Amino acid sequence: MLTEATGQPLDRVDGRLKVMGGARYTAEWDLPGLAYGALATSAIARGKVRAIDVKAAQQAPGVLAVLTYLNAPRLQPMPDKVGGSLFRGEGGITETLQPLQDAAIAYAGQPLAVVVADTHEHARYAATLVRITYDEAKPELDRATASRQTLPEAFTGSKEEPLQVTVGDPKAALAAAPVKLERVYESAITHHNPIEQLATIARWEKRNGADYLTVYDTTRGVDTLQEVFAASLNLPKENVHIICPFIGGAFGSKGWLYAPALLTAMAARVVGRPVKIELRRQDMFSTAGQRGATRQTLSLGATRDGKLTALQHDTQAQSSMVSGYTEPCARVSRMMYAVPNLGFAHHLSHLNLPSPCPMRGPGETVGGWALECAIDELATELNLDPVELRLRNYADKNPETGKPFSSKHLRECYARGQELIGWKARNPKPRSMREGNSLIGYGMATTMYPAARREASARTTLFADGRALVQSATHELGNGAYTIFRQISADALALPVENVRFELGDSALPKAPTTGGSATTATIGPAATAACQEALSALKQIAIRDAKSPLFGATEDAIEARDGRLVRKANAAQGETYAAILQRAKLPSISAEGTAKPGDEREQFSFYSFGAVFAKVRVDEASGSVRVAQLCAVYDVGKLMNPQTAHSQFIGGMAMGLGAALMEATHYDARNGRAVVRNLADYHVPSMADTPDIIAEALNIPDPHISALGARGIGEIGCVGTPAAITNAVFHATGQRLRSLPLTPDKLLKALAS
Amino acid sequence: MHPFQYQRAENNGQAVAAVAKNPEAAFIAGGTSQVDLLKEGVHKPNLLVDVAGLPLRQITDFEGGVRIGANATNTEAAYFPAIQARYPAVSEALLAGASVQIRNMATMAGNPLQRTRCPYFRDPDQPCNKRTPGSGCAAIGGYNHVHALFGASEACVATHPSDLAVALAALDARVQTTGPQGSRTIAFTDLHRLPGTTPHLDTTLAHGELITSIDLPAFAGRSHYLKVRERASYAYALASCAVALEMDGPKIKRARIALGGVAHKPWRTPAAEALLAGQRPTEKLFQATAAAAFADAKPLEHNAYKIPMGRNLLVRALLETSGLQPLAGPAGTAFAASVGGMAGQVATPN
Ligand SMILES: Cc1cc2nc3c(=O)[nH]c(=O)nc-3n(C[C@H](O)[C@H](O)[C@H](O)COP(=O)(O)OP(=O)(O)OC[C@H]3O[C@@H](n4cnc5c(N)ncnc54)[C@H](O)[C@@H]3O)c2cc1C
Ligand code: SF4
Repeated sequence: MLTEATGQPLDRVDGRLKVMGGARYTAEWDLPGLAYGALATSAIARGKVRAIDVKAAQQAPGVLAVLTYLNAPRLQPMPDKVGGSLFRGEGGITETLQPLQDAAIAYAGQPLAVVVADTHEHARYAATLVRITYDEAKPELDRATASRQTLPEAFTGSKEEPLQVTVGDPKAALAAAPVKLERVYESAITHHNPIEQLATIARWEKRNGADYLTVYDTTRGVDTLQEVFAASLNLPKENVHIICPFIGGAFGSKGWLYAPALLTAMAARVVGRPVKIELRRQDMFSTAGQRGATRQTLSLGATRDGKLTALQHDTQAQSSMVSGYTEPCARVSRMMYAVPNLGFAHHLSHLNLPSPCPMRGPGETVGGWALECAIDELATELNLDPVELRLRNYADKNPETGKPFSSKHLRECYARGQELIGWKARNPKPRSMREGNSLIGYGMATTMYPAARREASARTTLFADGRALVQSATHELGNGAYTIFRQISADALALPVENVRFELGDSALPKAPTTGGSATTATIGPAATAACQEALSALKQIAIRDAKSPLFGATEDAIEARDGRLVRKANAAQGETYAAILQRAKLPSISAEGTAKPGDEREQFSFYSFGAVFAKVRVDEASGSVRVAQLCAVYDVGKLMNPQTAHSQFIGGMAMGLGAALMEATHYDARNGRAVVRNLADYHVPSMADTPDIIAEALNIPDPHISALGARGIGEIGCVGTPAAITNAVFHATGQRLRSLPLTPDKLLKALAS
Repeated sequence: MHPFQYQRAENNGQAVAAVAKNPEAAFIAGGTSQVDLLKEGVHKPNLLVDVAGLPLRQITDFEGGVRIGANATNTEAAYFPAIQARYPAVSEALLAGASVQIRNMATMAGNPLQRTRCPYFRDPDQPCNKRTPGSGCAAIGGYNHVHALFGASEACVATHPSDLAVALAALDARVQTTGPQGSRTIAFTDLHRLPGTTPHLDTTLAHGELITSIDLPAFAGRSHYLKVRERASYAYALASCAVALEMDGPKIKRARIALGGVAHKPWRTPAAEALLAGQRPTEKLFQATAAAAFADAKPLEHNAYKIPMGRNLLVRALLETSGLQPLAGPAGTAFAASVGGMAGQVATPN
């Protein structure tokens, strides 16, 4: 009898390929006749191109063409909506600026020319020869004084994600509350900075007389990119083919900003050869998306015994002049605690800065940080243990919608987390613990992630040699998608994992949404299962009709798949292998598609994952340096499909949250809007020496409502919660509240001096 | 990247001649600083003369001290027994800098000649007098978080980023060179310049002057390096300091202090050093010393934090060097130098 593959700590099926250099990433495809593009970008943040002199660039060795707004192919406007997500307008997810269409400049680093040459080196050199003069206007760089300020209605236009909400009467409840607290929290601009920079290769051909575009891109949404290309270039969707079998990390980037990809297609069109554009690291700070800075005001009202009576969370978010993207900071506040009067608002200022986009835990990471720090401040105010305060406000149903949670075991997370860190053994008094030169502090935070699920399709092919192939247009971001979808498919087919392959990252495959929102497992898992069931059902039909089959004449219901065979449920000895059925039918293979989507359960329940994060820090008072001594988290994320890849997702997310807490920040010059930090020596992400041995545990309790698999997503929850746990630990260590991310030594020193 | 010719140096004389006769030529050794700047479009030489293959890699005893060949790697020098034992500040400064991979490539001459980490210097679309003389200084009035407290000018407020240079300044190292005008010895403290009106010149080396060795003079005291950075490893110093103390029984005979991350060159503090001479080490004395060292600091908009940080750091370095407080890790290692230590339950292995 086969053991279930899901739930096993299977090694990454693509691990060996990756370490051997066999996994082909976008920039590594080698097409015959490939030419190379390089960007010349705007030195100013606002204004117009006055003149653009490309003569020297054109005459440089190897140059094939220089595209500027004067000669570049025309594009159609960015569509209003793709795949159900609002693209344009306030709250829209993407940058709407189509590249090289006019002389206007919305931010520094905006592409203004593409130089195409026979080699990468020639292209990059020639790009430095493009001379641009400007009519410069004073950029708008200050949220408070920005001339375009709006109140976006909904995040990405989703009716489930309103950005301005009032439940009950938070204002009156705050006024009446025996204990009140109002605090302002600020967070810096941060960048995803995956190891693999954005890259695109585009090739045009004529097929049956029509234009046909093949694109290799670092996208985590082949289907979305296909639609964007088709709409922008005025092509039928079928004539655009997007390929991306491997992604070297995304963390929210590579999903929603299309200028570099479109520029590659435009350049390829002009030179009549395939073209590759790979962004430089510096360009990742202007054209690849970012998490915008935020200023958040948290107002809490509570009774003396710690029952929350009011919670108001107001966010000042910022976006570019060409995007309506709004960091949805109330995502945690809107659901976490049982509070009768709940309000949140999002205020958006448009600035002459590069466009933001989702970044791991969009809204949750910095919004949850603000909320969980405010809750910690309230605990101090009430002289309550921070865990106890949270337990007193434990929500059994969603406070905004009133729906019960599909599955929530947060109490166990709190309990286990306290054990792991030794919570009870600490001296709860702030600034009471010391080791050598360091102050010691403990902090905790609740964490969560919305358990989204979307519609997706997959195709399963059973081969006459007993093997199977399952395919869907989803992605491998380094998260383990190839591995767990192979496991899930193997179980659905009752085959050993070695006999099943999973393919993804190709727009020709059955439809799947952009990978994001920690929804991939919950979305593609059921789709793969459905396709496998369809394929088995087709196979059953062949057997049922085949007089030579031991299953001849049975009803489909009376047959089940077991150990690579179809057998009669009543008598498992009566049956045969898939291969035998196909071979006798002289079929090399049989294929079927399946589609799965969430249903009515979404109306009945509120779907979330939960967790509790605990941190112990050391603060060197003399220098303001913070080091994390221990970081432990316990997550309730439904059933784990693969505890090993899940663990990697958790600890990776926690390390990223640690970076957000202590060091990640991109500074823009306040006068001219240029990124001042533009490389990985100056933009700090945690090094090994910054990350302790992280302990991440999962309860592994299946969610009975999300899908038959019981698995919710896990990609982002590690990043959420960690910044607040660390910030709260810094308070416990020092007695000082720091309300500005990241907690760099300069800020610590300033706080400690006060 | 600007196109350039590449040439392997045949010998010292040929290398010097090749660069000296061409104002657009430059040396390259490990390349860890040079190549970044080529790619950023900050340096645009038309000829690179690779000196890494020249036989300048030995580390030898020399006049009671140690002579370190220009091409010895940062790693080789850091772990060289006589250096780690007798000049731990040098090993600590090296090992608290960059990453293993970079230190394996980086050379002892290249390290003090790396250029500022002022972010504006690295962005050709920003004004910067150091990169493009006369274009202005974007850091003044801009984001000047990592900039200078001492010795800056209206033309440039950059700091020198090398950790090694700070230790070498405190130890009064000497630099041997051979150049178009022959060979000479330069006191390490005279190698770097203050920006003045010529911030594009980092050092007093002539164009084409080749460093052949760095010499540590005989020294019988204790030395130590401390560094604060925004992450636990692989980051430049926000502030650092090197201390060299020679004792006479219970008293300090002579003290030398160099501050890092606060000026265009390692910043020696003669007034503060004088306070220590002839005194018994006490925390109070060290507080007064630190106050004196930073008395003339002139902060910019975003770097005032370096004053308390630098003072606290110097006090700690003096306490640790004089033995009033234990080192945070074994002498001569990154663990002794890294303020805050590593993440995890145990800050430093012993
Ligand atoms: C990401 C990163 C992080 C870093 N972090 C740190 C840090 O924390 N602390 C720190 O101190 N350093 C740090 N560094 C800098 C590193 O130490 C230097 O890049 C390195 O020491 C330079 O040595 P090199 O041999 O590679 O020099 P090269 O890059 O080859 O040359 C540097 C300069 O020296 C000149 N030169 C080289 N040899 C000679 C010679 N013999 N005579 C005359 N001129 C010569 C070259 O012309 C060039 O101008 C970091 C570097 C990087 C890339
Ligand atoms: S401080 Fe010096 S290096 Fe920095 S911008 Fe000013 S002139 Fe350039």
